[in-house]
Amino acid sequence: MSQILLGAVALGLLWAIMTIGVYITYRILDIADLTVEGSITLGAAVSASMIYNGASPYAATGCALLAGLLAGLVTGLLHTKLRIPALLSGILTMIALYSVNLRVMGKANVSLLRMGTVYSPLESMGLEKNTAVALLGLVLVMGIIGILYWFFGTELGNVIRATGNNPNMVRAQGINTDTAKILGLMISNGLVSLSGAMIGQSQNFADVQMGTGSIVIGLASLIIGEVLFGRRNFFSRLFSLILGAVTYRVIIALVLKLGMPTNDLKLFTAITVALALSLPMFQDYLKTLQRSMRGRRSC
Amino acid sequence: MLKLINIRKSFNKGTVNEKLALDGVNLILKPGDFVTVIGGNGAGKSTLLNAIAGVYPVDEGKIEIDGINVTRLSEFRRAKYLGRVFQDPIMGTAADMNIEENLAMAFRRGERRTLRWGVTAAERKRYAEYLQHLDLGLEKRMTSKVGLLSGGQRQALTLLMATLKAPKLLLLDEHTAALDPKTAPKVLNLSDRFIQEEGLTALMVTHNMRDAITHGNRLLMMHEGKIIVDVEGEEKKRLTVEGLLTLFGRAAGQELASDRMLLS
Repeated sequence: MSQILLGAVALGLLWAIMTIGVYITYRILDIADLTVEGSITLGAAVSASMIYNGASPYAATGCALLAGLLAGLVTGLLHTKLRIPALLSGILTMIALYSVNLRVMGKANVSLLRMGTVYSPLESMGLEKNTAVALLGLVLVMGIIGILYWFFGTELGNVIRATGNNPNMVRAQGINTDTAKILGLMISNGLVSLSGAMIGQSQNFADVQMGTGSIVIGLASLIIGEVLFGRRNFFSRLFSLILGAVTYRVIIALVLKLGMPTNDLKLFTAITVALALSLPMFQDYLKTLQRSMRGRRSC
Repeated sequence: MLKLINIRKSFNKGTVNEKLALDGVNLILKPGDFVTVIGGNGAGKSTLLNAIAGVYPVDEGKIEIDGINVTRLSEFRRAKYLGRVFQDPIMGTAADMNIEENLAMAFRRGERRTLRWGVTAAERKRYAEYLQHLDLGLEKRMTSKVGLLSGGQRQALTLLMATLKAPKLLLLDEHTAALDPKTAPKVLNLSDRFIQEEGLTALMVTHNMRDAITHGNRLLMMHEGKIIVDVEGEEKKRLTVEGLLTLFGRAAGQELASDRMLLS
């Protein structure tokens, strides 16, 4: 059981990187970006095939990050320069990436069994795989939070935040909102792709299907984080994303342990997210109901 | 300071809904001019301001700001010369960002954004002083989200943002129309003060005839996309609401259409 939990926490930390990427587009830029479904696989595909062909795992992971930035750039250009709605731009890049990922890997999946990954040095120090993944994942995600906390306090970071808030005001301050959106999409997809590379190496394979439904997992983690761990300031918001991603993985591990068939997992996730997203509406409804009940009694 | 030459703009061209919003507008503003623009609904007042700001391209004509031809420049490139306050208080600020962050965005208008800090300690001091002048107590709430402010507070903040880096031209688009009757005069007086203190050139659209008469040194009345009345100096000072209505009747050859103008 503790092994299952540790595995869930480790995986959750890697997915937290992806969740932070989703947060940047969904919450900061106010764009629902579906590119992530393709770019998470892209990260796994690029790193796995590079490692398979003898590259250093670190170089491979770095290249996965760069590939993600490019994927975000494509969606950004489609959306801003060609004026395609954001949702559709993301879907187009996602679909295109499916073929790109097959090209990168040359087949539907690449196995990294008995090959060196970013986790190997820790493992050779005597750590178990799950511990190594959790440790490296934690260091990486804390580093990313630190960098993002700094970045969104800079002039450029403020521009991206303001663009998601009120593009009209941003243009009135002499800023090109197109550039801000492209930059935000690039950072987001870079992180998602990096997350994919780390996940692929942790499970020792990359599969062309692994990104399916990932946007929903990202949203689920984001919302669980916000609901359970609050959102007082920017730092606590970022931190809640880690807790959300880990909590999601632990929940999934528990329901699987309780005997839910793996095939129902995506249905379960979708229902969870739908419920979480509609929570504010139910709260409003309950409030109105209470108020009208009180009104009737006083009559 | 501003030169408009034969500006024409229509919407929904080539459809049954085609509407000629600006029909050959010519206008020259001298530095320091404070011009009020009045007119009924659909007269083209807001279209004029939006055309100057570059929200949409004009069909014909030339726009110059301080000798620079901006006709083909996009909205964000022109912003360097302009300060803008909108009718909707929500439009001018970023709600999820705090007061000092909003001010800092305006403080860098027209400059390259880099990886320097978004707000520096030295700026914070300055902003606190500026906010003190607004006399709304905002200097004590600099890290509050702008979304928590009232409409009047937001509009006062937008006004401060628009004038923080003295613009070549200040565009006020019915910026007090959405405020309650108590707050509106306050924001209007604040506008007067900023324009005078900084010696700004300003164009203020309003629906309120009395405001149009009492503020500024020049008054324009628009009707069906044209400037039909243009009074300034002494003549404007002597103007009354009745006098304005007569001028309108003579120029447009009809009774003043908008109830909103008459009632306010």
